[in-house]
Amino acid sequence: MKEVIHTPVKALEEEEYHINMGPQHPSTHGVLRLVVSLQGEIVKSLKPHCGYIHRGIEKMCEKDTYPQIIHLTDRMDYLSAHINNHGVCLLVEDALQIEVPERVKYIRTIIDELTRIQSHQLWWACFGMDLGGLTCFFYGLRDREKILDIFEESCGSRLLHSYYTPGGLMWDIHPNFQKSVKDFIKYFRKKIKDYDRLLSGNIIFMERTKNVGHLSKEDAISYGITGPSGRASGFSCDIRKHHPYGVYDKADFREILFTEGDTYHRYIARMDEMHESMKIIEQLIDNIPAGDFSAKMKAVIKLPAGEYYQRVETARGEMGIYCISDGNKTPYRIKFRSPNFSNLGVLDHLSRGFKIADLVAIGASLDFVIPDIDR
Amino acid sequence: MASFIYDFSLLTKPIHEALYHWLPPVWALIAEMTLIGLIFLLFYAVVGLFLVYAERKVCAFMQNRVGPNRVGPYGIFQTIADFIKLLMKELIMIKNSDKLLFNIAPFIVIIASFMAIAAIPFAKGLHAIDFDIGILYVIAVSSLGVVGVLLAGWSSNNKYSLIGAMRSGAQIVSYELSVGLSLITIVILAGTMQFSAIVEGQANGWFIFKGHIPAFIAFVLFLISSTAETNRGPFDLAEAESELTAGYHTEYSGIKFAFFFLAEYMNMFIVASIAATVFLGGWMPFHVSSWTGFNNIMDYIPPFVWYFGKTAFVIFLMMWFKWTFPRLRIDQLLTLEWKYLLPINLVNILVMAFIVLMGWHF
Repeated sequence: MKEVIHTPVKALEEEEYHINMGPQHPSTHGVLRLVVSLQGEIVKSLKPHCGYIHRGIEKMCEKDTYPQIIHLTDRMDYLSAHINNHGVCLLVEDALQIEVPERVKYIRTIIDELTRIQSHQLWWACFGMDLGGLTCFFYGLRDREKILDIFEESCGSRLLHSYYTPGGLMWDIHPNFQKSVKDFIKYFRKKIKDYDRLLSGNIIFMERTKNVGHLSKEDAISYGITGPSGRASGFSCDIRKHHPYGVYDKADFREILFTEGDTYHRYIARMDEMHESMKIIEQLIDNIPAGDFSAKMKAVIKLPAGEYYQRVETARGEMGIYCISDGNKTPYRIKFRSPNFSNLGVLDHLSRGFKIADLVAIGASLDFVIPDIDR
Repeated sequence: MASFIYDFSLLTKPIHEALYHWLPPVWALIAEMTLIGLIFLLFYAVVGLFLVYAERKVCAFMQNRVGPNRVGPYGIFQTIADFIKLLMKELIMIKNSDKLLFNIAPFIVIIASFMAIAAIPFAKGLHAIDFDIGILYVIAVSSLGVVGVLLAGWSSNNKYSLIGAMRSGAQIVSYELSVGLSLITIVILAGTMQFSAIVEGQANGWFIFKGHIPAFIAFVLFLISSTAETNRGPFDLAEAESELTAGYHTEYSGIKFAFFFLAEYMNMFIVASIAATVFLGGWMPFHVSSWTGFNNIMDYIPPFVWYFGKTAFVIFLMMWFKWTFPRLRIDQLLTLEWKYLLPINLVNILVMAFIVLMGWHF
């Protein structure tokens, strides 16, 4: 029989107490439970307990065919649903060495960037709300609706799209797509100024976020913090730049890098990313080439036996898919490297010694999506 | 006939005299107290309901929403429906909570705000008690509410509540100073602590105009510190919903929660009334000296309209703060008070005293 390992329970220090933030708590944005050990208001240590929304997606993937897996990846990071789908599609296409039409690459890139913008909009909305500015929440959601309308028009769905298929797209974009995207960019360029006026330039906001939760570049690398949170610490980790997929190599954009690595710069990094995403979309939207919306695919997709790895840049960081195939139509084993899981690990390191209100701000700046942590 | 809307003593004096004529003095006093108590109870309920509705509408319009619009025209009966719901809800008793303190905490909070309202002059002659130390009384009474908040947090047997209560304690003890000192600035200018005399003193110009810059600074300081004292955003740390779920009233339900809720709005009303009375002339109309025609037109507007208009203006300012700014952190909150507001206030008092001594005010 396996021996049970007892970890010694550390006695609490004097005047130290625990509180459970979550699984039902307004600022954890889902069913995440943080056991916070406090001394007065100061966080001494913190222990995340995840698994409240674990659905066994990786196990389910072993029973599903590759096109079916796409539908499961929607349900991991539901705010980057398109980008997750893109990862699976690229994995299958690279394994089978299928050349997807240029049109598909353009459309996928544009939709990925729209996904990134809407994800950051929701993050901005929640960030404001977590700091106590409830008005931000409504402003963010109001503008996110516009992107969801565009998605609904072309993909038929607003949250869990499953629009990409191995080899192409489910169907072609709506004839209105280009016009509505351009309208949105015009609209949002105006509205993002409001975001800055309402929150970024606010003195209370700056006091709350500057020099709070500092993450050094070394720590960012060793904890595996990717995405805007890692780049705010100076860790150049943008998959779109380093291993371009889609048509990112044809677009001119800047990788947002800061060296400060505090909550404020994680915020600014995401705000700047929205500008960069709009720049990418503007460059691509008029140049979508004509052609098929999907490559010719076999009815049953079987990957040759072997190991495959594909990574994409979601709104929260690097999402990796590691797949072992034994030549069947279902994978032998699949493992998702989700950005949120790695980002959650650094929360304890960042919030030690700060106040409980800072913990909320730091958590919001790391932008967790709980179903992506648990999978 | 309707002249009493310009001077309510025409209405209240005959009632007073008639009561004392018909009844022995003790009974007449009891009858008067009961009458005033009932009127205030009604007033309290109406103002509370109206303010909840107003806040929901104001915040809705600031957030691109329409707000309540289902119950009654423009949703005006929404708050009544909400309060009926709260009345019918179960009062959940928490295991291992201190039953006595848990039960009396909401009453302490609401009684404190009830007592403060007694000293406020609503219109000419519409004044429950005209203390000669009115301002001192209001400052003293309005800070009693924190006892209820502390008890609520302590007795709930919930760590979130306790943190909220402790924050609230630290906050109110600190900001009480600024509230008091900014009012004292005006007391120096007015030369009295009696509310009726303060209002009379503003007959030819509100104190915010009369007292030059120090009076304006005092007004701003009062606005900031009284917002903090009423636990409203951006100083709503005691109930910071993103950190402490609901702070000190996490465990309260039904009518006891409604008491906390109502007390918050009434406290807002009270500090807005004080701001309107002390800085903006209370029920005094807006007068510009030597513009007789203009002044006569202003006098046609009844005093209570002036009073409620000014109070509504200050309340709107406070709502505007709340729905615009993010929340401060507890240490920043205390830093703001002890390092900035308090020194500014002390210097401001000196400047005001100097101006009054030199006779430079209008």
